[in-house]
Amino acid sequence: MEFLVASGIGVLTAAGIYLVLRLRTFPVIVGTALLTYAVNVFLFASGRLTVGAPPILTDAERYADPLPQALVLTAIVISFGMTAVVVVIALGAYLGSDDDHVDEQEGALDTARKLESAE
Amino acid sequence: MAKEDFAQQNVARHLRVGRNFRTKGSNDNANLGWSLSLFIVVLMPFLGALLPGVLYPAGRRTCALGTLSVTLIALIGLISNFPALLAGETVTARIEWMPALGLNATFFLDPLGAFFATLILGIGLLIIAYGRYYLSSSDNMGEFYTYLLLFQGAMVGIVLSDNILMLLVFWELTSLSSFLLIGYWRHLAEGRQGARMALTVTGMGGLAMIGGMLILGQIAGSYDLTVILENRDAIQESDLYLPALILILLGCFTKSAQFPFHFWLPHAMAAPTPVSAYLHSATMVKAGIFLMARMWPVLSGSEAWFWLVTGAGLITVVLGAVISFFKHDLKAILAFSTVSHLGLITMLLGTGTAFGAMTAIFHILNHATFKAALFMSAGIVDHEAHTRDIRRLGGLRHLMPVTATIATLAALSMAGIPLFNGFVSKEMWLEEALHTEFFASPYFVAAICTIGALFSAAYSFRFIFHTFFGDTRRDYPSHPHDPNPGMWLPPAFLVCLVLIIGMAPFLAEPLVKFVTAAVLGNTAEVPTYHLAIWHGFKPPLYLSGIAVAGGILLVLLHAPLQRLWDATPRPEAKSIFEGLIAGCVWVARRITCGLHDGSFTRFAAILMVAIVAGGAHAYFTGNATAATRDMQPASVVAIATWAMLIAATGFLVAAHRKRLAALILIGIIGLIVSVAFAFFSAPDLAMTQISVEVVTIVLMLLALNFLPKETPVESSALRRLRDGAIGCVGGLGAGALCYYLLVRESVAPPISDYHLENSYAGGGGTNVVNVILVDFRGFDTFGEIIVLGIAALVIYALTEALLRGPVRARLLNRTPESPLAGDRHPLMMVVLTRVIMPVLLMIGIYIFLRGHNLPGGGFIAGLVVAVAVVQQYMASGYAWATQRQRYPYHGIVGAGVLIAGLTGIGAWFTGYEFLTSSFTYIKLPLLDEFEVASAMGFDLGVFLAVLGAVMLSLESFSRLARRAHTTDSLHAMDIDPSRDDQTEGDH
Repeated sequence: MEFLVASGIGVLTAAGIYLVLRLRTFPVIVGTALLTYAVNVFLFASGRLTVGAPPILTDAERYADPLPQALVLTAIVISFGMTAVVVVIALGAYLGSDDDHVDEQEGALDTARKLESAE
Repeated sequence: MAKEDFAQQNVARHLRVGRNFRTKGSNDNANLGWSLSLFIVVLMPFLGALLPGVLYPAGRRTCALGTLSVTLIALIGLISNFPALLAGETVTARIEWMPALGLNATFFLDPLGAFFATLILGIGLLIIAYGRYYLSSSDNMGEFYTYLLLFQGAMVGIVLSDNILMLLVFWELTSLSSFLLIGYWRHLAEGRQGARMALTVTGMGGLAMIGGMLILGQIAGSYDLTVILENRDAIQESDLYLPALILILLGCFTKSAQFPFHFWLPHAMAAPTPVSAYLHSATMVKAGIFLMARMWPVLSGSEAWFWLVTGAGLITVVLGAVISFFKHDLKAILAFSTVSHLGLITMLLGTGTAFGAMTAIFHILNHATFKAALFMSAGIVDHEAHTRDIRRLGGLRHLMPVTATIATLAALSMAGIPLFNGFVSKEMWLEEALHTEFFASPYFVAAICTIGALFSAAYSFRFIFHTFFGDTRRDYPSHPHDPNPGMWLPPAFLVCLVLIIGMAPFLAEPLVKFVTAAVLGNTAEVPTYHLAIWHGFKPPLYLSGIAVAGGILLVLLHAPLQRLWDATPRPEAKSIFEGLIAGCVWVARRITCGLHDGSFTRFAAILMVAIVAGGAHAYFTGNATAATRDMQPASVVAIATWAMLIAATGFLVAAHRKRLAALILIGIIGLIVSVAFAFFSAPDLAMTQISVEVVTIVLMLLALNFLPKETPVESSALRRLRDGAIGCVGGLGAGALCYYLLVRESVAPPISDYHLENSYAGGGGTNVVNVILVDFRGFDTFGEIIVLGIAALVIYALTEALLRGPVRARLLNRTPESPLAGDRHPLMMVVLTRVIMPVLLMIGIYIFLRGHNLPGGGFIAGLVVAVAVVQQYMASGYAWATQRQRYPYHGIVGAGVLIAGLTGIGAWFTGYEFLTSSFTYIKLPLLDEFEVASAMGFDLGVFLAVLGAVMLSLESFSRLARRAHTTDSLHAMDIDPSRDDQTEGDH
């Protein structure tokens, strides 16, 4: 079981990184979503895996670790906020310039040179 | 251990075992003359700094008087402590602030601190009065006095701080306020450059000093000066003594303009003259000297101290004096002369003898009096003649006799002429020099000092003769005359002191010895030497004579010497400094731009590689332990789910160019993740994940409406291979780390047992996750809903900005890429969502109410209700839904945060800390017994904030979409059999 979770996280991370490195905004957003899953599950798994023992107090002997769950719960909600902000920024950039590239396109701009000429 | 502490703290919180406050301090210091007035002395200038800005509109006189009274009150507060001081007590005032960090607001007043504080506040009074007449009507006097008082407060803070961390804070504050004052005339490029240079040099020195002070605190085991001063042996024997000494001296030397950091002071002369007189001669530049004197008992006496401090002082004495002689700007002459005199004091402290320390204290007093008077006189000349260039002046004694008299008397003191106070301390300095051996020669130091004194006499004479003597000229830029008495009275007062001390030095003797005793601490006895004008025909007198005679000779030879000086190439400190700064900027820019040239993709790749490299380093250098947990067996269902996840992710990567398909696959992956949460005993997470998934997909769909539907192939195969490789390595690392973690027990026992034990007893709920969210870690949750609310507001603001800019026209004129559905709001969907809505709302309320005890709570309920509302938008369109929306979503977010905050504050009224929950059980008729906890109010806030934030983001997105289409139906559905008019919805 542990191997399945770990390898699942690995695959999600790998796919997430690959997509984050794409050139258009949409795959980058999808990539960050995948990374979010991976990170959330990773944090959750730091409480170790427990089957059939939710942290709802009963007469049971054994409970899953509640703390990572609480942390991940807020992380999931916050990640929605983060995704929404990134999406609106990507959308604004696309609508403003009719271009959904992540990087600036008009030739390779040397930022250092730009800064120096600005002075 | 950590766990126990944690548990104790929380038990205290939950079992209401009193507060964790200790009221320490007042008892300890009862016998030390605890004084509130000491706080007032330090705080008064800071509080008073608000006054000038308020009073300025009431007129310049009121503004100046207000500022004056602030300083006067502080001075009176200081003087009120003198009786205790004279009785031999050390006055202290102490507030425990962060005892765990050793950071306390502790002040103490001993003779040394009192001496400096009196200088600062006393000369401050004169400067404020002088500034009133110096500033022109176009200058903002309120701003000027505000900065001046800030500086004054910081300076008083330095000399009265007992805690060295506090001292460092005040130290940096003087650098900052001096920056503001030097750059007060913002329109002058010189002022801005000078201010920047002063801040860079003194700020860097301050940083070095922080390091030194921290080391010192570590050695002594306390950050209290009084404790450090008692640990001379421990400090001097420590291996860290030398680094600490060098770092602290860096701070002192930069502040007090010692070689090789002397170059900033002359450039700081671009400041208004009152500032130069106050900061750059009388007070701020003495801060370094003060600290050396303060630290004298613990730091002095070692080889390193002697060579560093005496050496730097000697070089500075001569260098400053020589350069000063060849300057033409009156203030530059005085600036370099200040550098030279500071070197003199530094050198005296460096010798490490009690006599040297006494002479240093005496000269600090003398220098402060004559130099401040000279600066003010130079300011008067500048103010009246409109130039400070000594080549354009001369003969002013007939035109402004009062100023000429004041300046001449002060300058004669600076030259070291008998009957003036400068003479007395210079004699003592030469006496000390004759007793200091350098390079095994008793004459070396004395020779250097004589050269310094000689040039000192020379520039003083030049200052007098070239400004005030000679023929009256006709080409002054403005016709000079003596100014308003308000301007010449302050320097006149100082010159009176110069004369009194000069003619009757024995009057100053008790003061000097009293302060010297405080400097020496218990390391040495105060010398029995008596301050007097006449000590008989002794070597110092001969050296003095040589210096004065040589000075006169030099002034007579000035013209040829000046030509020689101008022809000699010299390194220009300013251009070296600017070059150094430019070099640093260049390097920083190369590094930054090399890593981050504006390309996100490049930066992300570098980031990923760096993280993987860090992980690899840890992997290859760390020690892996054997697995301590057994793997749990995997069921067939689990393996099948895992296979689905892998397949879905694989498809996603392969088909990510088809964006709609990618979205569907993301949804599938999200579902699998929530199933996994449910399977691994996390029902709350599963519910949260699945509802977030719904709203995220809706959001992405809304965005995809505008974005291109496909991603073109752009990157080369090689690049895809490279990215794939980075991804694989990263994924492998993450997976391996997770696996490593999962098959081992935690290194330290987790704190979760505490939560499990106290969840019901302390928080009144059986759903531990929810109790953690609303109670144990309620403060985190509070922060998180605020962040969520801010994110939603950011989205709203960005959408607003988009809709107001050029994008709006584009949206309005845009033609859909694919034909729209004929029936935008289908009947079946509308009916279905209306039926589902109350069901969903009920589920939401149910989940909310049971959240404290069973899976659920505000977060999930908020998301569920948001889904219910979003469905209505989807089914019947934005316009229809908005018409029925009574409360704006920002309001809901705000109400949520407010309710959560007020619930937390509610705990204050029952005497507990923020967010402590209380609860009780009540039984309502017809319902089961249920619990009312104040945590529920908090959860309600969470619920509202989440609902509002989700809806505000989605609504913002759909506002963009709404503008894109031209018509908007106000009907619930396009085709409504019960409605006669069927054309409106068509388009």
